[in-house]
Amino acid sequence: MEFSELIRTGRAQAQLLRGPEAPPLRGTLCVTGHHLLLSPGPQSTPDLWLLLLRNVDSIEKRVAGDSGTITLRCKDLRVLQLEIEGVEATLDIARSIEALSSLESVITSFPFFYRPKGLRLGDAWHFHPPERYYKRVARETDAWRLSEVNEDFSLCPSYPRAVIVPRAVDDDALARSARFRQGGRFPVLSYSHSPSGTVLLRSSQPLTGPQKRRCAEDEELLRAVLAGARPGARGFILDTRSAQAAKQARMTGGGTEAKAAYPGWKRLHRPLERGRPLQESFVRLVEACGDPEQSMDRWLSRLEGCRWLAHVKEALSTACLAAQAMEREGACILVHGAEGTDSTLLVTSLAQLILDPMSRTMAGFQELIEREWIQAGHPFQLRCAHSAFSHARPKHEAPTFLLFLDCVWQLGRQFPLSLEFGEGLLLALFEHAYASPFGTFLCNSEKERCLCEVRTRTHSLWSGLNQPKEQRKLQNPLYVLNPLAIWPSVEPQSLRLWQGLFLRWTHPPEPAEVAWEKVWQIVTGKEETEASQPTASA
Amino acid sequence: MEHIRTTKVEQVKLLDRFSTNNKSLTGTLYLTATHLLFIDSHQKETWILHHHIASVEKLALTTAGCPLVIQCKNFRIVHFIVPRERDCHDIYNSLLQLSKQAKYEDLYAFSYNPKQNDSERLQGWQLIDLAEEYKRMGVPNSHWQLSDANREYKAAICRCSQPLSGFSARCLEDEHLLQAISKANPVNRYMYVIDTRPKHRMQSWWATQKDIGRIIVRISSKIWNDEKIRESDEKKRLNAMANRAAGKGYENEDNYSNIRFQFVGIENIHVMRSSLQKLLEVSGTKGLSVNDFYSGLESSGWLRHIKAVMDAAIFLAKAIMVENASVLVHCSDGWDRTSQVCSLGSLLLDSYYRTIKGFMVLIEKDWISFGHKFSERCGHLDGDPKEVSPVFTQFLECVWHLTEQFPQAFEFNEEFLLQIHEHIHSCQFGNFLGNCQKEREELKLKEKTYSLWPFLLEDQKKYLNPLYSSKSQRFTVLEPNTVSFNFKFWRNMYHQFDRTLHPRQSVFNIIMNMNEQNKQLQKDIQDLESKIKQRKNKQTDGVLTKELLHSVCPESPTLKTSLCFKEQTLLPVNDALRTIEGSSPADNRYSEYAEEFSKPEPAVVSLEYGVARMTC
Repeated sequence: MEFSELIRTGRAQAQLLRGPEAPPLRGTLCVTGHHLLLSPGPQSTPDLWLLLLRNVDSIEKRVAGDSGTITLRCKDLRVLQLEIEGVEATLDIARSIEALSSLESVITSFPFFYRPKGLRLGDAWHFHPPERYYKRVARETDAWRLSEVNEDFSLCPSYPRAVIVPRAVDDDALARSARFRQGGRFPVLSYSHSPSGTVLLRSSQPLTGPQKRRCAEDEELLRAVLAGARPGARGFILDTRSAQAAKQARMTGGGTEAKAAYPGWKRLHRPLERGRPLQESFVRLVEACGDPEQSMDRWLSRLEGCRWLAHVKEALSTACLAAQAMEREGACILVHGAEGTDSTLLVTSLAQLILDPMSRTMAGFQELIEREWIQAGHPFQLRCAHSAFSHARPKHEAPTFLLFLDCVWQLGRQFPLSLEFGEGLLLALFEHAYASPFGTFLCNSEKERCLCEVRTRTHSLWSGLNQPKEQRKLQNPLYVLNPLAIWPSVEPQSLRLWQGLFLRWTHPPEPAEVAWEKVWQIVTGKEETEASQPTASA
Repeated sequence: MEHIRTTKVEQVKLLDRFSTNNKSLTGTLYLTATHLLFIDSHQKETWILHHHIASVEKLALTTAGCPLVIQCKNFRIVHFIVPRERDCHDIYNSLLQLSKQAKYEDLYAFSYNPKQNDSERLQGWQLIDLAEEYKRMGVPNSHWQLSDANREYKAAICRCSQPLSGFSARCLEDEHLLQAISKANPVNRYMYVIDTRPKHRMQSWWATQKDIGRIIVRISSKIWNDEKIRESDEKKRLNAMANRAAGKGYENEDNYSNIRFQFVGIENIHVMRSSLQKLLEVSGTKGLSVNDFYSGLESSGWLRHIKAVMDAAIFLAKAIMVENASVLVHCSDGWDRTSQVCSLGSLLLDSYYRTIKGFMVLIEKDWISFGHKFSERCGHLDGDPKEVSPVFTQFLECVWHLTEQFPQAFEFNEEFLLQIHEHIHSCQFGNFLGNCQKEREELKLKEKTYSLWPFLLEDQKKYLNPLYSSKSQRFTVLEPNTVSFNFKFWRNMYHQFDRTLHPRQSVFNIIMNMNEQNKQLQKDIQDLESKIKQRKNKQTDGVLTKELLHSVCPESPTLKTSLCFKEQTLLPVNDALRTIEGSSPADNRYSEYAEEFSKPEPAVVSLEYGVARMTC
């Protein structure tokens, strides 16, 4: 398919309004296969304004007289207005944008064409998180092995090729366990907490069904986990659904682990919101944030009504519960909900962030996201197909990853010195998850990424972010290694709306940025004076 | 002393306020003449000043003992369990007596002795001199005798109480005075009159008063234009009018030329008091859910009131900045809402008030000297509880919101605001005692008590904002944004003693440390460089004497000490990181879920902890 078929009018004169703070831009508007360009006339500044069409979430057109207005609502929550000369041109451009921004095909998407200067294809794709992580685990315990049973993705389409499993369980047993779990997601190691000798596992729900089926291999697998951990360790199965919902899942073939079948394991239910209610919560919050004129009471009641912060609190406290059980009770934890690709990952990744100082470094956090979200099969393409502005009927969209980022931001606010990365990285991850020139967040699973040859044909986001020029935006100048677990407060008084994200465009936090610049100055100033001291004394 | 029966109770439990599983510390409770002191088994001390106590409550007896709940004006809430009821009763009675004094002379300030002699004390009181301040503002000048003017804009902020106009009363002198004010501004002949009360309230009051007829007229004696009204011949006429028409009112625009009239809608002290009460009820709830918190925050209306005060101050600042118009601000009495609006407006307009010293001057000028009734509003003495209101707390909260929006514009930090708030209630210093200047002079506060400001200035380091940039021209006039998103619950005020709710690491401290190290290192560099220069000079002179060699030697110790200094200052920072306060799962509410871990069940696998047993 050619993009040119979809582009009805390539060019028009237009003026771009970018909100109250930025000055309007006037120039020639141009629609290309992946971008919307606005190049100002020769008389004004030469810089080009560029918008990735994939970023457009919803589009609204209005014509009056012989000109038209297009309102673009972007996935990164920006709202832009284009005033275009000519009614025909307006309608054509609107239609082109509509068609181009909703292309489904992955291999025609921009990352496959993006070739930035200074980056080589294949850079930073050397991340093989399970393998790398296994090396770390193997240094501490030999109870685990790296299994390539999923080499051809036949066992579980949403797992990576290699997974970490108990040494005592062979590949055949894994295959049988996979058949007993939804989507083939059998229990695998997510994190090994060496100080207490316990582990964090994740899986999907067991397919017990109404007949309460059992699977000997699956039971054996979990028994082996306890045997491999600290002697006398207990296990907790943390179900991210309510007990009621878990029971109901039996009618559709799912269910929960029967108590009697898994000795040493105890089930806990911590219901976390997922799917459509979460998406609706996100939409309502963004709606509330879009109205600066509303009264204080209205704002507070909308903030309450959207329930977003309640979800943040639930996610954080569930993760804390898991982390606490590992650190204080010396227990092993298995987390699953239904599919094991959403709230499960939210809990396991947050628990690691709380417990593991490594994952709070810049490199460690990137690895955590790669391992616990991308490779672990969070369906980014489905979940991030639309953001909060879309009028399309929501299908599989859910801001689970955004909820994770928000929780991380809350952690960073409560422990401003313990995360090596700053708000900048979280914002960048949010943007790139929804629309990106890089290939990292493409597709729904490792299997799909292999089919599309994402690794060889697109650039990795990490190589883009890890360029030296980007670092200052992403790093936390105040970072000091903190070897302890970080236990956040989950009281509502301690949680705050993430203004930097939800009010980023309506309400630029300029003074705050200036203040951070000052912090950078103080920090670098200190380093410089320290560095210059020996020379002065020499 | 006669109120204290029991001075020491052992085995007292201090309950954690937000824990639902009754986690507690055991220790000893001491009662002194001024403080209640609790020392727990880790030797950690909790001091509670009697004057800070807002209420003491004895709850029903439990098996563990007799619970005693103490609420403080600085938002500390402690929950003791005293093993014996008699002890509890004694302490309860003593605290009731000690926390509510009947006479000013019994307040702490009159016995507090920081070991200063009389001249030091006097110096402390002279630290903030309002005459100096008026000089700084450039008054009196040809236009102004003594008032509150802004030197740059030629426009002025004035204040007064409400006019006693009733339905139709007029006062020619008042009209002339207002004209004089507006004429004193050569740039803009128009002036604004801001009535800080909500318009609908004034009008509905008006409607009811028509029937009721007479109420007592209160005339504020401290405010200059009222003095004039009193002295004038109009007084009789006015009083008659007031008696007929119940007095209160607002200026009739027709009677005053060149005046634009504006209501800004700040609620009265009673609304504010109950609003804060609701807020504290909500935020003090155990096991609070996010939704309950926000719906409680909304229904308390607290943030709405804060926004109203801010909006009024912004209106005032804009009138002066943009239109160059003089402004007269009043409410009913002219010492609550008027003080809030005038002081905040000044803070927006004049960067001097955003320094530590300047903020003290501002409080002295717009609050203390203009007769904000601190003693009544803070309930220093056992008095009418209906006169208590968090007017000054609101002002501090507005300032805090400004510091959040303009992190570089203020020389002081949050801690400074909290400290001031602490002391308006503490009665430890004389500044905030009494209800007006007259009362303060009668009490001879300057001879009998100490001023707070020198003590704050001495500790200045603690209150400095490391991000403050005095040079930045961008912050000469602050233009805060008051969209609703910008108003947040001030956790560090209302939960300042609930450490578990706080961020675990303080950015301020670490930046402050770095800044200091920076300065020290730069000083070291300068020292060393100048020494190198000296040496070079001497070398070129060719005088390489023994003396020089000696002078080189002491150089290394300085270097060493500077390096030591570096390590020393770095160490506490790292230590602080290692013991992050409150950062333990046990201190947080999610730990309660963990009880599920330890539910006893028939066992096969027993645990080394021996707490929990499990089924298989």
